[in-house]
Amino acid sequence: MTIAEKILARASNKKRVRCGEIVNAKVDIAMSHENAGLVSKNFKKIGVKKVWDSKKIIILFDHRVPAESEKTASGQKAVREFIKEQMIRYFYDMRAGICHQILPEKGHIRPGELVVGTDSHTTTHGSFGAFATGIGATEMACVWATGELWLKVPETFKIEISGKFKRWVMSKDLILHIIGKLRADGADYKAIEFYGETIEHMSIASRMTMCNLTMEMGAKAAIIPPDEKTLNYVSSRTELPFTPVYADEDARYEKVYRFDVDGLEPQIACPHKVDNVKIVSEVEGIRIDQALLGSCTNGRLEDMEIAAKILEGKQIPMSVRLLVIPASREVYLEAMKKGYIETFIKAGALVLNPGCGPCLGAHQGLLASGERCISSTNRNFQGRMGSADSEIYLASPAVVAASAIRGEITDPRRM
Amino acid sequence: MILKGKVWKFGDDINTDVIYPGKHLAIFEPEEMAKHCFETIYPDFLKKLKKGDIIVAGKYFGCGSSREQAATCLKYAGIGCIIAESFARIYYRNAINQGLPILVCPGISKKIEQGHTIEVDIASGSIKNLTTGEKIQASRLPEFILGIISDGGLIPYVKKKLKRNV
Repeated sequence: MTIAEKILARASNKKRVRCGEIVNAKVDIAMSHENAGLVSKNFKKIGVKKVWDSKKIIILFDHRVPAESEKTASGQKAVREFIKEQMIRYFYDMRAGICHQILPEKGHIRPGELVVGTDSHTTTHGSFGAFATGIGATEMACVWATGELWLKVPETFKIEISGKFKRWVMSKDLILHIIGKLRADGADYKAIEFYGETIEHMSIASRMTMCNLTMEMGAKAAIIPPDEKTLNYVSSRTELPFTPVYADEDARYEKVYRFDVDGLEPQIACPHKVDNVKIVSEVEGIRIDQALLGSCTNGRLEDMEIAAKILEGKQIPMSVRLLVIPASREVYLEAMKKGYIETFIKAGALVLNPGCGPCLGAHQGLLASGERCISSTNRNFQGRMGSADSEIYLASPAVVAASAIRGEITDPRRM
Repeated sequence: MILKGKVWKFGDDINTDVIYPGKHLAIFEPEEMAKHCFETIYPDFLKKLKKGDIIVAGKYFGCGSSREQAATCLKYAGIGCIIAESFARIYYRNAINQGLPILVCPGISKKIEQGHTIEVDIASGSIKNLTTGEKIQASRLPEFILGIISDGGLIPYVKKKLKRNV
């Protein structure tokens, strides 16, 4: 069996499962953010008094922090009341950061487990060897009530990566390149397993970026088999036992893809689709109004580090707004200790509190008609970050930083 | 369940941000959600929509976010069902869980145009284009999914199930 099949078999108390089979799976971790408000509203309709397990539900606020409107403030308040009433143990309010950074940071992600979250980028947690997938608020309400969820066992794609990244080329460039080749629906309903020397050499943060963005080619889950790096990270943050899961030698993969990063150049997803991927040098010189460094995709310490290296001692022109949003408080504090935050502020950036920022178009830096943003985030859909007549280009933190300095899309290798 | 309605035709890759903008995610009342479907890119949709209208779309309808508001808003705006060449995974689940009928029908975009009137049998997946007379067959929904839809969504379905188990 593949890793996905093994985890779903274990979760549904079966010896074997087959692709296409629908199983009733027991959930290990259930995460919600502000939409916990909608989940709890639906939960109350079911008529069950207590949630199935108050230690397996994780809630935090990240999408609109601090509340950008009275409506949001009321929603967050209602969630706090629900949490108190249900005695939900792990609630981080707005004092942690983005959900997909916080779950592993606070030790809630373990290899071999089944994680569901009311957020599509829940696929991120497959980077620790979990089967992690996004679900809707109504089905989460049923998970809260019963601890179970129906899931179709997906076919698995095996993606093998070889080669060594050139300087200023990051895992973001690799995953954008893959999405460009497989297309936005290329892995719809599928699980992905990543293998190869490049993955083995990758940092935890870079792996998280890979699994996070597989959502943009439709993946249901994306899993990196846990290695020593994973086990060290997880063990240092959780006290609960866990069993890593690996694929059988005769596991069946629907497709096998191979990519080599030796000659890979910085990539960019052009408006308005994530699979509209080009080489940065093809679109260099396009003027930008805003540059955004952050998000569950690229708001981690190594992202701050590479951007700080590029921005060190430089000044951003007045024509550009650079927004920097560390993915968590832990990242923020580390970046501060290492001097990155000082570099950003001196360069002219606005450093915002950990959270999703303007990525989903709710607040903190929306775009006016005719404006263009280069962003380290994950979606460039028309109108997502503000006006329907604005444009979003997605790229790596290095490309974002280099572009902010020049005021136009820039290949970081030229800096 | 037999539905009859006028068609709203959409292309490929219609994403959740276009269906329901992120700025309205703080809204939890379905009737309120219904006021914002497609508002950024297709402002005419809500002005001309009639109860029972049917959406026919290309491939990968509902890609993007897990926000179920993108399914709820269409249901409460009056959309009777959605037929597409294919759906994004989470959207497909969300629509079913809301009790919004949804059918996968490869090739549908070439057979139905904006403004056509069609009749859809949700249980069998058979579609009749009343404007052209053409009959089209969509993929049949699995029994248990039909069960969720006929119960009116996942919440009533689970309520019923829990009652049985007591």
